[in-house]
Amino acid sequence: MAMWILNDLLNMKSIISIHHVSKSYEGRTPVTALQDISLQINKGELFGLIGPDGAGKTSLFRILTTLLLADLGNASIDGMDVVKDFRKIRMYIGYMPGRFSLYQDLTVEENLKFFADVFNTTIAANYDMISPIYGQLAPFKNRRAGKLSGGMKQKLALCCALIHKPYILFLDEPTTGVDPVSRKEFWQMLRALKEQNITIMVSTPYMDEAALCDRIALIQAGKIMQVDAPAQVIANYPFRLYKAKASNNYRLLETVKEQDNILLSYISGDQVRLVFKENDRRIDFPGIELEEVEPTIEDCFIQLMKNESD
Amino acid sequence: MKVIEVHNLTKTFGSFTAVDHVSFEVAEGEIFGFLGANGAGKTTVIRMLCGLLAPTSGKGSVVGYDVSKKAEDVKKNIGYMSQKFSLYEDLSPVENMELFGGIYGMNRKQINKKTEEIIKDLGLTKERRSLVGSLPLGIRQKVAFAVSTFHSPKVVFLDEPTAGVDPMSRRIFWEMIYRASDRGTTFFVTTHYMDEAEYCNRISIMVDGSIKVLDTPERLKNNFGAGTMDEVFQILAGKSKNQVQ
Repeated sequence: MAMWILNDLLNMKSIISIHHVSKSYEGRTPVTALQDISLQINKGELFGLIGPDGAGKTSLFRILTTLLLADLGNASIDGMDVVKDFRKIRMYIGYMPGRFSLYQDLTVEENLKFFADVFNTTIAANYDMISPIYGQLAPFKNRRAGKLSGGMKQKLALCCALIHKPYILFLDEPTTGVDPVSRKEFWQMLRALKEQNITIMVSTPYMDEAALCDRIALIQAGKIMQVDAPAQVIANYPFRLYKAKASNNYRLLETVKEQDNILLSYISGDQVRLVFKENDRRIDFPGIELEEVEPTIEDCFIQLMKNESD
Repeated sequence: MKVIEVHNLTKTFGSFTAVDHVSFEVAEGEIFGFLGANGAGKTTVIRMLCGLLAPTSGKGSVVGYDVSKKAEDVKKNIGYMSQKFSLYEDLSPVENMELFGGIYGMNRKQINKKTEEIIKDLGLTKERRSLVGSLPLGIRQKVAFAVSTFHSPKVVFLDEPTAGVDPMSRRIFWEMIYRASDRGTTFFVTTHYMDEAEYCNRISIMVDGSIKVLDTPERLKNNFGAGTMDEVFQILAGKSKNQVQ
């Protein structure tokens, strides 16, 4: 116990502290959602929680936003305990849940006004905070939220999460199901918010978005596999990774799966990714171009997943 | 043989044209990637091709059946799987297959034979009697795929089948698609993962109700001087009127 308090004192930059948090759900099919999670997120950081559905991302978000109790461990937000100080925490954080949770039959403006009212403030008082995002929505302010496109709904949800000027923002899969162009735009908005010194914890199943974070945690099956800056995660990749291209990548993959000199093989875009055991780079398939490549975050994730399952 | 033929297919809702004179063909055994931004009109096209929505004008045929006049025949001859699970979570994989096989009019003997084939093929022996709700997402995805192809349809529509799935399960899913397409099944797939676009034989990109480009991923990248399909998508979909709004 004393050890983590000391760590917190030494590490003054840390604004979200998570210590050995575990959570499971009872029921006909019991699920272990989180297993002994510890994380420190720094002030002003854009921190990404990267992992697929069912990894435990939402459980962790709900514990941090005081909506769910952990079975074990504890967590604090800027020194406030998520259990004892839950009322206080709710004043200072913004939370955008994974499911679109605005009122579909209220207009854009009514939704925003509602959230401002709940927090005892007004749209006018905090307009500077949301103006770059709300500016794009303003022409549709009388449209019902249910009638907005996917990208626009996300923008409105972000405005509603920001209207009480929180200094810590929790965004649970804000870009899931959103097309690549709108996703890019959304991340530009997050970078702009970071410039206003807001700490942002964001989760995503899209591994390509990891590169846009200051630091990331790779989470799978309730466990954190690695925490680091995206570039460092890539530097930590323990193998030499190769790409191969054939006229028929599926046939190539079937072939290499039969070979015993290959540790990892999977399709990726227009190529097959390969990790060889030792230095035996033999491939029993005609006309192969083989080239060493730098891993992506997704390659790192796949390697770590395999590590966990072995 | 052309499994899907679409000519000037159009759908309007009041004054809004959701799909504007779309034309394309998909060959037997092809994996066809149907891409576009949110709101570009993809879902409307899929609903028309599945016989769920009548076109305003133009023609579409799926496995030889006219989508406006023979909607019921279309439905019998296609498979469909969406990002939202269409499985019954309190039934096992085998029970789900039996249920869907029955709905499609297969008899007990056909159902039993096909069930054994699929369980073996997709490696679901261990999970065959577990409740679907208790299975990891990657496995559920496999079961949903099995169910959508259970009645041996000639063409299968996959609407964002891998959304949210872990990177390894996503790849295993695509290997199932490859294997089935190798045996002649045609796939019509939508996805927001641009690396998956590269797995398709041909791709179309829809912007504001029209198909802007249709070609192999290789040629599209060359034509746009792009290194990845993501770049191609950003160039095309970035010009959408919807994106400017």
